[in-house]
Amino acid sequence: MAYIDPHIHMVSRTTDDYRAMQLAGCVAVTEPAFWAGFDRSSPEGFRDYFVQLTEVEPARAARFGIAHHAWVCINPKEAEDLGFARAVMALLPELLAKPNVLGVGEIGLNRNTKNELAIFEEHLALAEQHDTLVLIHTPHLEDKLKGTRLILDALRRHPRLTPDRVLIDHVEEHTVAAVLDAGYWAGMTLYPDSKLNPPRAVDIVECYGSERLWVNSAGDWGHSDPLSVPKCAAEMRARGHSADAVAQLLLENPRVFLEQSGRFAVPGLSTPGR
Amino acid sequence: MGEETSKGSSSRDATVDRYFIEHRAKLLDVAAFLDRCDRATGGTAGEPGADADFRLEALRRAVGLLDDGNPERTRRILELMSDLSDTPLDASPGGAACGVPRVAPRTPDA
Repeated sequence: MAYIDPHIHMVSRTTDDYRAMQLAGCVAVTEPAFWAGFDRSSPEGFRDYFVQLTEVEPARAARFGIAHHAWVCINPKEAEDLGFARAVMALLPELLAKPNVLGVGEIGLNRNTKNELAIFEEHLALAEQHDTLVLIHTPHLEDKLKGTRLILDALRRHPRLTPDRVLIDHVEEHTVAAVLDAGYWAGMTLYPDSKLNPPRAVDIVECYGSERLWVNSAGDWGHSDPLSVPKCAAEMRARGHSADAVAQLLLENPRVFLEQSGRFAVPGLSTPGR
Repeated sequence: MGEETSKGSSSRDATVDRYFIEHRAKLLDVAAFLDRCDRATGGTAGEPGADADFRLEALRRAVGLLDDGNPERTRRILELMSDLSDTPLDASPGGAACGVPRVAPRTPDA
């Protein structure tokens, strides 16, 4: 079954992971900029990272027939130092012009600080200025509910960003309704443990429907699973969801959102009904 | 499995059949974890009054929500373990989130 993993950090994954994802049916990934597990010592470190995101990974993915697109930003964890964050943000306009960059992401909050919020809003302004899609990270664990509320409040201060072009990721049972009710897309990130997993994600689909929802693995350097998206498909099928319903959630939904960029394309993938 | 639909078709019996053993084991994991904390020494969690650990206190309150007869247990437990304040912090507290706010959790409305 063809699927898209719309949020995965392939810079942290092995070539064997690309192979396994190809065999499982992955036809495209999109890769947001993120915290690499350590704080970078200078903005120039980000310049190299952005080359990896926009040039190295697309070539690596192509060897396995997987389309690769990127998002750029400074992640919220490294945004506490305002001067540092703004120096990295100065690199972004030229990157946003690249044909395989879909927008600004994953921006958002980490520990819900004033400085994180300031840089988050500066990213929103940048997205408005460049008319790009936005991919938003919500904090984990005890910070998620408060962070999601702060993010929704901030988005209301940027009315030029229409909700249909913004995806708020890492939703769980206590945040998904607020995101969907406000008209935004919501991402469900699947983890092996500690946070949302495939069975709970399918619970959310059964409670809220699949409109404006996608699932992703956010596979990275930590304990994560680059095959969690097809495992979600298996969970849906085991519960009696139709193949069409699975394809809607795992392929059509991300494609509809991402194609709004005008840059997302998966060579060779048919477009049902269009 | 029943008829395939866009919303799934699992019956109550099928749901219990599919997930019971897995969740029996998860419940035993929780019990074993609490037993382990009781046996442990050399920290707040191992001393008399181990419930003083804010994380264990939250966990015990969350366990109470499992069988209170109200729906949406997952949402309510997540809210119980959430920071319910509404203003941004002046500075990062440092480190990673630990799963429960350091202030005493409040029981959210059902």
